[in-house]
Amino acid sequence: MTSTTNTSTSTVYSTPNSAKIKAVRRRQEVTSKGFVYTLLIIGALVFVLPLVVMVSTSLKSYAEINSYPPTFLPNQIVPSNFVEAWNYPNTMFPRWTFNTIFIIVATVPGVVLSSSLCAYGFARLRFPGRNLWFMLVLASLMLPAQVTLIPLYILFHKLGWLNTFAPLIVPAWFGGGAINIFLMRQFFMQIPRELDEAAIIDGAGHLTIWWKIYLPLARPALISVTLLTILGIWNDFLNPFIFLSDPNNFTISLGLNLFRNYFPQLARTDYIMAISTLMVIPMIVMFLAAQRYIVSGFVTSGIKG
Amino acid sequence: MTAVASKPPKSQRSPTFWRDTLRGYLFILPVVLGLLIWTFGPMIASAYYSLTNYKIIGVPEFIGFQNYIELFTKDKAFIQSLSITVRFGIMFVILSQIVGIGLGILLTQKVRGLTIFRTIFYLPIIVPAAASAVLWKYLYNKEFGPISSVFQALGLPSINWLGSPESALFALVIMTVWGSAVTTIIYVAGLQNIPEDLIDAAKIDGANGLQRFWSVTIPMLSPTIFFNVVTGIIGAFQFFVPAFIMTNGGPAKSTYFYNFNLYEKAFKWLEMGYASAMAWVLFAIIIVLTLFIFRSSPLWVYYEGEVRS
Repeated sequence: MTSTTNTSTSTVYSTPNSAKIKAVRRRQEVTSKGFVYTLLIIGALVFVLPLVVMVSTSLKSYAEINSYPPTFLPNQIVPSNFVEAWNYPNTMFPRWTFNTIFIIVATVPGVVLSSSLCAYGFARLRFPGRNLWFMLVLASLMLPAQVTLIPLYILFHKLGWLNTFAPLIVPAWFGGGAINIFLMRQFFMQIPRELDEAAIIDGAGHLTIWWKIYLPLARPALISVTLLTILGIWNDFLNPFIFLSDPNNFTISLGLNLFRNYFPQLARTDYIMAISTLMVIPMIVMFLAAQRYIVSGFVTSGIKG
Repeated sequence: MTAVASKPPKSQRSPTFWRDTLRGYLFILPVVLGLLIWTFGPMIASAYYSLTNYKIIGVPEFIGFQNYIELFTKDKAFIQSLSITVRFGIMFVILSQIVGIGLGILLTQKVRGLTIFRTIFYLPIIVPAAASAVLWKYLYNKEFGPISSVFQALGLPSINWLGSPESALFALVIMTVWGSAVTTIIYVAGLQNIPEDLIDAAKIDGANGLQRFWSVTIPMLSPTIFFNVVTGIIGAFQFFVPAFIMTNGGPAKSTYFYNFNLYEKAFKWLEMGYASAMAWVLFAIIIVLTLFIFRSSPLWVYYEGEVRS
């Protein structure tokens, strides 16, 4: 499978009269390229098909989704599904979307500021206990959320925070999550120390260095952290599900779950797929626009960890 | 907080020692407080609750190891949900490594248009759990679902994917593998880190594709496999949302995952003490499995530059 590489080495090691061998090799390369493309195309179709079905179903008429045999693409495009689903009685999709965006807006600055501040401490300052605390931060990734979920639920209950956005927002201001600290720290460690030394000679304190030098330089990492946080909140189901019970306070994920319960027998799959499509579109746009930041965020937290 | 400062004897400490320590802790203060308030504090509380009978109303009543004893000796749902989760975990971890490595190899070939293919294969990571669950519930539907019609067109038997206890768990595995593009992303990065001259050297030595794959690619990729297996196991043991939305634990409890059981104990029956004990058993299982993989890793994980005796 991996035989398509490197003509350079084959020229180095080939003898002058090996033209025949080269020709054979080239033919092999062509066939193996064809093989790779075939697999890539089949795989891509399989992977993208669920999303195509989602969008296609969202555009079908009610009659068409209930007809037999099922169609792949809509015979007749019905965009009104989106409007009808969005304004369906006893749902509040505009409000649920607003709630989700509100949580994102209130959380992202906390994640970015606190994770980068802590990361600066771990990457650049020397003090006793630093490595121990960093180990504890990383170790917390191993802890299943279920262990802390119950006491946190009880804590939030006692604080009167249940059914408010506070349980979803406030904890993020305390370090912004182990992965994000790790990601920022990795980035900070690549910044040449000469920069802070020069700044210190100029009389700058570490807070100034963090704010004026490291944060601007760490723009790619900040973008990664921001996008991963947005993605995480937009897609989260479990935390809102545990901490929010009043439909007025639902996020869009909870709203979709409530909505699909109105149709136990898949009666209005067109509506459900319309809402799912609306929910996926902003994330697809974000992914297409900033794929490398999102991917590198996952890679940094994966490979080097 | 500065009690940790024990190493350098006082005479050798720099004059700015205390100032540096204070400054360091001020910088990491958010996460120190965060760990204490949102992680370690709750862990202690949870450990205590697990030794109590606690129904959220009223005070926890200390009962020793009663919850744990009941879990292991009387609770059939516990054993059953654990075994479902383990079966899911094994299928998911194996299948997602095969798919991840396969896609990783395809996505690191030197062919044109790779960026587009990568985008397509990575796309499922952005699909929200709730949307993915309602989507796959429709895909798997026996009467109207697209998978059924494809099977029918191919002359294959129609399967009631989510409706029969034999296939429901596997159907969830397939869906989860589809959504775990992070595994693929990490394999792509791991494969890109393999030095090309190693593959070339193997080629010159006359190794064919399969031999290069087994003797060069897989050993060089083993740290990545190690990472993905560990995170895959941790993820599998926390699986809950799709089962909740798609199958509600059924049919015939065949997708009644460990965390589904835990969730119902805690938030449906308000057995906070009992559910806390379940959470600690889950944590213990994850720790034991991870340690086991760590211990076994010298046997199969190869780190570059390491010398084997």
